[in-house]
Amino acid sequence: MKKIILALAFLALPTLSLASGGEGYPLLTAPIDPHNHASLQRGAKLFVNYCMGCHSLEYQRYNRMAHDIGLTDEQVKENLIFTGAKVGDTMKNAMIKSEAKHWFGVTPPDLSLIARSRGNDYLYTYLLTFYQDPSRPFGVNNAAFPNAGMPHVMWDLQGMQKPIYETHKGTNGEETKTLVGFELSQPGSMSPPQFKEAMADLVNFLAYVGEPIKLERQRIGIWVLLFLGLAFVVFYLLKKEYWKDVH
Amino acid sequence: MANTQGTTGLLGWIDERFPLTKSIREHLTEYYAPKNFNFWYFFGSLAILVLVNQILTGIWLTMNYKPSAADAFGSVEYIMRDVDWGWLIRYMHSTGASAFFIVVYLHMFRGLMYGSHKKPRELIWIFGVLIFLCLMAEAFMGYLLPWGQMSYWGAQVIINLFSAIPGIGPDLAVWIRGDYVVSDATLNRFFALHVIALPLVLVGLIVAHILALHEVGSNNPDGIEIKKVKGPDGIPLDGIPFHPYYTVKDLVGVVVFLIFFSAVIFFMPEMGGYFLEHPNFDPADPMKTPPHIAPVWYFTPFYAMLRAVPSYFGTQVWGVLVMGGAIVILFFLPWLDRSPVKSIRYRGLLFKLLLAAFVVSFLILGYLGALQPSEGRTVVARICTIIYFAFFFLLPLLPMIEKTKPVPERVTEK
Repeated sequence: MKKIILALAFLALPTLSLASGGEGYPLLTAPIDPHNHASLQRGAKLFVNYCMGCHSLEYQRYNRMAHDIGLTDEQVKENLIFTGAKVGDTMKNAMIKSEAKHWFGVTPPDLSLIARSRGNDYLYTYLLTFYQDPSRPFGVNNAAFPNAGMPHVMWDLQGMQKPIYETHKGTNGEETKTLVGFELSQPGSMSPPQFKEAMADLVNFLAYVGEPIKLERQRIGIWVLLFLGLAFVVFYLLKKEYWKDVH
Repeated sequence: MANTQGTTGLLGWIDERFPLTKSIREHLTEYYAPKNFNFWYFFGSLAILVLVNQILTGIWLTMNYKPSAADAFGSVEYIMRDVDWGWLIRYMHSTGASAFFIVVYLHMFRGLMYGSHKKPRELIWIFGVLIFLCLMAEAFMGYLLPWGQMSYWGAQVIINLFSAIPGIGPDLAVWIRGDYVVSDATLNRFFALHVIALPLVLVGLIVAHILALHEVGSNNPDGIEIKKVKGPDGIPLDGIPFHPYYTVKDLVGVVVFLIFFSAVIFFMPEMGGYFLEHPNFDPADPMKTPPHIAPVWYFTPFYAMLRAVPSYFGTQVWGVLVMGGAIVILFFLPWLDRSPVKSIRYRGLLFKLLLAAFVVSFLILGYLGALQPSEGRTVVARICTIIYFAFFFLLPLLPMIEKTKPVPERVTEK
C-alpha cells in the first residue's frame, strides 16, 4: 500500500505549481460562468462592437458561436455581423495588418486563443486597469500590461481613472512607487460595478472562444469516467477469478 | 498431415507455412512469467498501450495537420474546432506524450529497484535506454509541430546547444535546422522525422526489447531467476503463463491508467500548463522571444543540469556534455552495478539510501528546470547534478562495504 501511495505521489508531481509571476499589479479574479448564456451573449456583443475593429477571432465561426451561446443564425446575422461575412465564416475583420502596425506599433493580435495563453484573470485585470498616463501615445497606460500599445477603447463605458500610488522607502533610503489602485476622474456611461460585470461578460466570451468544446468535453468526460469505473469492477473480478488457482 | 504444433484445418495450413501458433505460444500462452509481479510491473504493458495510442491518434492528426510555418498553427486549431472529434484526438496525443514519459520513467525506476538491468538482461536494458533516447527525440520534434511560441523557442534553444560544440558546432546547427533560424524548412523535416523516421526506429527497438526479454525471461521483485527451479515438465515452478494470467491482470492496470488518462483529457488537458504550455497558444513569432523559455516537464531534469554547469575556457560545451553524459551513463549501468544481489529487497541500507537520493535529486532537478534560474536555485541544481552522477560512480564501490541479505530460492508473495 505504501508503495502505491508513493507511486501516486510521483504521478501527482507534474501538478506542482509553475513559476508564478510575482511582480507587478496583482491579478483580479474573473467571476465568469461558462454556463451563463446571457453573459456570453453580452460578451459577444461587446466584442463585435468594441474589439473587432482591430482584433479578429480567426478560428471562431459565427454559426458555431450562435449555436454554443444560445442564439439563432438569424439573430447573429442581424445583430453581430458587421463585416458582410457569411454566417459560416470565421470572425475576421477588415483591418489591414501592415497598416495596423503603423498605427499601434504592433499588429493587434488575433484573440481566438488569448484566454488560453494569458488566462481569464489576466484578461479581466487588463480590461479593468486602463489609467490616465499623459506620457503614453494614447494618453493611457495599463496596470496588467505596462506600456500596452492599445488605447482605452471602452473609455466611454468606464470613464477615465487616475492611478493611486503608494510610496515605500527601501532599506537603503531609496523611494519606490507602487500602483495600488485607481480613482475615477471622469465617469463613463456605466457605473463601476456595471463595467466590472460587462468586462466579466467579455472575458467569459473570450474564454468560450478559447476552447468552444470545453463544456461538451467535460460532459462527455463524466460518462467516460463512469464507464471506466464500471469496467474496473468487471476486469478486477475477472482477474480475481483467473488468479484463484495461483498460489 | 499434422504439423509440429499439432494444429489442423485452416490454422494447421497456416502453421505449416507461418509460425502463428508457435509465436502465440512462445510469447503469450507458454511464456512463463514470475507469479510475483507487483504494482511496478504494470508500466511495461502500459508503455505499449500509450505507444499504440500515439500512433493511432498521430495518424488521424496527420490527416488534417499542415506542416508549414504558414499553416501549422491554424491547422491545429482547425483540428480542435472543425474536425469531428478532432479535439479528442489532439488531446489524446498531447496527453499521451506526457503519459509516455510518466510510464517510461516509472518503468525505468522499476528496473533500477529490482536490478532488471543486471546479467543476463544487459541488452534488454540497453535497448530500453535506446528507446528512451529515441522517445526524447520523437517528443522534441513533435513539440515543434503545433508551431506555438514555446514550440518555436524551445526548438531554437535546444538546437542551439549543438552550436556549443567547438569547431563544427555552428555549421551542425545550421545543418539540423536547414536554415539560420528555426523556420519552415525545420518544421517540414521535423514533421518527416516525427511521423515516420523515429516511429519506425522506436517500434524496431521495442520489438528488440521484447524479444530480448522473452529470450532470457522476466526478472521479478525478488530478483531471482525462476528458470533455476523447474518442475518435471520443464516449466519454472514459480512461473505462470503470460496469457491468460498477466493479460487479465494488465487489463486491470489498463483500466486504472485510462481513468487517470481520461481525467486529464476531459477535465484538465493543459494540466496546469505542464502538458500544454500556455505560451504555446500564441503562434510562433521569430521576432518576439518569450520572457521565460522552459522545455516541457519531461525534459526539465536534463535542462536543469545543462544550466547548472558554468562555462569554462570561454565555451558552454561543458553543460551540453554533462547533459548528454547523464543519458549516456545509463548505458553503462549493467556494468557499474556490481552487486551479486539484484533486488532492492535483499540489498543493504546503503543502496536504498543511494537510490532514494538519486530519485529525489532527479525530481528536484525536474522542478528547477521548469523555473527561471536564480543564484540559490543554481546551487541546488549543482548539488543535485553531483548526486545524480555520484549514484553511478558509487555503485561499483558499493559491494565492498554493503551487507546484503540472503536471497531466497523461490519467489515470495507480498
